Amino acid sequence: MIEVHQLTKIFQDRKRGAIRAVDGVSFRAAPGRIYGLLGANGAGKTTTLRLLATLLRPTAGTATVAGFDVAREPEKVRAHVGFLAASTALYGRLTAREMITYFGALNGLAPAEIKARLRRIAAELDMDEFLDRRCDQFSTGMKQKTSIARTLIHDPAVMIFDEPTLGLDVMTARAIVRFVRECRDRGKTVIYSTHVMSEVEKLCDTVGVIHGGRLCAEGTVAELRAKHGEQDLEEVFVKIVGAEGSP
Amino acid sequence: MNWSNIVTVYRKELKDSLRDRRTLLSTIIIPTLVIPLLTLGLGKVMATIVTRAQEEIPTIAILGGADSPGVAAALRRAPKLRIVPAPADWRRAISDKQLRAAVELPAGFEAGLRAGAAPAVHVYHYSGELKSDLGARAVERFLTDLREQTVAQRLAERGLAPTLARPFEFARENVAPPEKVGGNLFGGIVPYLIIILCFSGAMYPAMDLTAGEKERGTMETLLCSPVARVDLVLGKFLMVLTGSLAAMACLLLSMGLTAAVGGTLLLSGGAGKAAAAAAGRTAAAGAMPMIDPLGLVGVLAMVLPVAVMFAAAAFTISLFAKSYKEAQSYLAPMMIVVIMPAVVGMLPGIDLNVRLALVPLLNVSLVCKEMLSGVWHWNYLALIFGSSCLYAAGALGLAVKMFQREDVMFRT
Ligand SMILES: Nc1ncnc2c1ncn2[C@@H]1O[C@H](COP(=O)(O)OP(=O)(O)OP(=O)(O)O)[C@@H](O)[C@H]1O
Ligand SMILES: [Mg+2]
Repeated sequence: MIEVHQLTKIFQDRKRGAIRAVDGVSFRAAPGRIYGLLGANGAGKTTTLRLLATLLRPTAGTATVAGFDVAREPEKVRAHVGFLAASTALYGRLTAREMITYFGALNGLAPAEIKARLRRIAAELDMDEFLDRRCDQFSTGMKQKTSIARTLIHDPAVMIFDEPTLGLDVMTARAIVRFVRECRDRGKTVIYSTHVMSEVEKLCDTVGVIHGGRLCAEGTVAELRAKHGEQDLEEVFVKIVGAEGSP
Repeated sequence: MNWSNIVTVYRKELKDSLRDRRTLLSTIIIPTLVIPLLTLGLGKVMATIVTRAQEEIPTIAILGGADSPGVAAALRRAPKLRIVPAPADWRRAISDKQLRAAVELPAGFEAGLRAGAAPAVHVYHYSGELKSDLGARAVERFLTDLREQTVAQRLAERGLAPTLARPFEFARENVAPPEKVGGNLFGGIVPYLIIILCFSGAMYPAMDLTAGEKERGTMETLLCSPVARVDLVLGKFLMVLTGSLAAMACLLLSMGLTAAVGGTLLLSGGAGKAAAAAAGRTAAAGAMPMIDPLGLVGVLAMVLPVAVMFAAAAFTISLFAKSYKEAQSYLAPMMIVVIMPAVVGMLPGIDLNVRLALVPLLNVSLVCKEMLSGVWHWNYLALIFGSSCLYAAGALGLAVKMFQREDVMFRT
């Protein structure tokens, strides 16, 4: 469960001054559902998700993730979150096994427990063949699988994906999409940011359109289509964003 | 603070760093090789140059002296001098190293000698040039001998004892045990090397564990873990400190080995004597200058807080950078800041006082020099150790603070 209330993040930039990267955003994401954050470049998706993963501290507003407040108990929040982004890379000089084991240990799991979980996850993701090779020799697909295993090792209740298919080929992207669905089917709360309309249509139970740091529309894909009288989601998006005016 | 988390982070960083060639190079390979290369390589070259210069018979020109044929002939006969005809442009010849020195016999020199007093003789040389200095010294030795012979002759003519002009003799004897001589000879350079290697040993792990991680995108991955930021910094910091201490340990180990192995090598080559002579000391023949092991232990203790300070400072500075390259461009100038006080500490004539005892690095390099030559100023030692610990704690505190600042960790 994720509950976000009036979440705001203001960056102080030397050149651009105060940037309201996230501006009074409120929403709820429920277990067993995928909440999609749809927005253009610079809309504030990454910042919102980093706030939820407690990598950044909010300037104002609150959010609770898996029942913990992001500002007051960031460590507990992180213990219940799996965060996967284009910017969360692997340690190139470690093997996949070492990488995953390290994150298991960082999550406070006992070695035997890590071993058991790793065996299960590796079998699920078909990783056995490259488990003991160094990550810097991996193909993008292998890297993605290892990253997924890293986010899953502590079996978090909440999964946060920030444009996880960015730069991936069709097959690898499909594997990710399948994996995100599986997370939902296992009852996890999933939040998924993207700017790709087709992914939203395929995946998301609820969509929040974010633009200029503000959440300017929310609903199921069908609801948004009906409300704006357009079948093509891209047209819907342009209408919503256009109504807000460009920042 | 959770020690088991800190250890987890530390062990991972250690494993990771041991697989990084750049870190291995700066923390293990270079510190191990620097002393053998310096002493066996450079030391040997130095010794060879000095020995060769000393063995060379200097080329000397006589200026004037037409009416002093006796002295001129004696100069030509002198075995340690090679007299050549004076070129017209003898000053240039000395600058160009074709001549080592020139001796000017003034008009009427011999006649003056016979009569009682002769005009002054001038020796021309190129100051600071080793071989020219040695040439001038050889000429001066000849002139001193000539003067003493003249005195002896005059005394004999008058039936007086030679002791009239030389009532007593004196000789210089060394009382410093060989390791103290070593302390002075190497005392300056050893702390200097330790301090520099301590820093360069911290530098690469520091860059790799901060800016390197940001650049490769693993920092954000790591920050996603539930481990408290403090534990992450301390685990990483311990690794950087390990790099610094490893560099120091390798340096000292190889120094000990070089002294044990190379000492005998140097002696058998006769270069040890030459090196001592080059430093202007009359070391007892065969006594290899040794470093006081107790002094070395003292140096280690004093350098420990410095290593902590370096590790924390290098960590903090490279934390600001977004990439390895950027971190390098911050830390390279830092190297100069580190070297400066160490070099100043190596200069002779700068002695410890209370104010200098509070200057970071300079204080340590000064007190190390003293310890290595067997001098223990306990008050200064306590003051310096205490202040170094304070600086170290400050730097570490800053590192922890910076790691918690999101504008440092997520700089754009
Ligand atoms: N650390 C930071 N310091 C200053 N400004 C920042 C920082 N991080 C993000 N911003 C700014 O905040 C705004 C929102 O950025 P954000 O990365 O959240 O957008 P996004 O929706 O993820 O975009 P993209 O599709 O490009 O990933 C942008 O204007 C960005 O420049
Ligand atoms: Mg983004």
